[in-house]
Amino acid sequence: MEPNKPFIHPSYYPGETPEAEHPLSLYMSVWILLFVLSAFSYMVDYMNVEGYLRAFLITIFAFLKAGLVVGVFMHMAWERMALIYAITLPPLFLLALVGILSVDGAFIYYIRDLFMSVTAS
Amino acid sequence: MSNTALNQASDAALVPDNLKGLVADWSSDVQTFKVRWSKAMMWIFLVSDTFIFGSFLSSYMAVRLTTTAPWPDTSTVFALHVGGTEVPLLLIAIMTFILISSSGTMAMGVTAAYKKQRVRTGVLISLTALFGLAFVGMQAFEWTKLIVEEGIRPWENPYGAHQFGGFFFMITGFHGLHVSIGVIYLSTVAWRVFAGRYDRLDDYQIVEVMGLYWHFVDLVWIFIFAFFYLW
Repeated sequence: MEPNKPFIHPSYYPGETPEAEHPLSLYMSVWILLFVLSAFSYMVDYMNVEGYLRAFLITIFAFLKAGLVVGVFMHMAWERMALIYAITLPPLFLLALVGILSVDGAFIYYIRDLFMSVTAS
Repeated sequence: MSNTALNQASDAALVPDNLKGLVADWSSDVQTFKVRWSKAMMWIFLVSDTFIFGSFLSSYMAVRLTTTAPWPDTSTVFALHVGGTEVPLLLIAIMTFILISSSGTMAMGVTAAYKKQRVRTGVLISLTALFGLAFVGMQAFEWTKLIVEEGIRPWENPYGAHQFGGFFFMITGFHGLHVSIGVIYLSTVAWRVFAGRYDRLDDYQIVEVMGLYWHFVDLVWIFIFAFFYLW
């Protein structure tokens, strides 16, 4: 073993995809797509889209961009399923948190509205 | 199970990449992640970071639902005067484009690192660090404007629900801290790339692992931009 080189066991990354396979044009098109999607979400605000359509569009654009960044820029699309699921499934618990907190938040708003009469008139 | 069988089971090429492979990877006393630990640990760190930002944004949602006072209108709070007209969210839009550009240069830097192109990798990482520095600078400008000119404080603000300030400073502040740490991280690695450290090791893996961190910072901003500034 040469002193300068760290020892890397051959079984460390036998399944890793050689990254040279990804052409630069793939990154370029994802990059442009991210710009376009950001421009779209900005336009939602600029053109004063309101209500559920606004919420829907903003969320869709955000998750599309997130998918592109994680999938291509972070190479998740080329990882093995064991890693993909270990990373992407746990954050789904946040959906449960969001669900519980939105029920709770609506209830607190109702109570405040009822007793503090801040918005009552 | 014999040693040979163990070695075979840990060889990714011999384990199918489907549900059966998923079970095999997680059992049988073999190494689960067939990537190097630096990469696996960075991913696990990023999952924990996802929960931090996820909790921030969830609590922001929970509190915003409860306020009887109207939530401040972000497109006017964060508007900029350009030639006498108010352009809504202009600075935030520029910051978004800067961070996306930095993600692009980072991705190209990682590609160059795979090919072990020393100068190209170093230049692209340095460019990424400069974009990050520009982002932090603009955030400092934004904070100064909001604190000094608009009188926004964590406990009160003149635009509506008082909870706005607390969440704004906490969420963007924590993200800004991530960008600042990322700039230090990028500069350190860029320095080492130029110094030829990874050529001597014949190993550019660190650049890829750092790329994961930097893309995550961009990823978090995508959600802050959507849910805090635009919603």
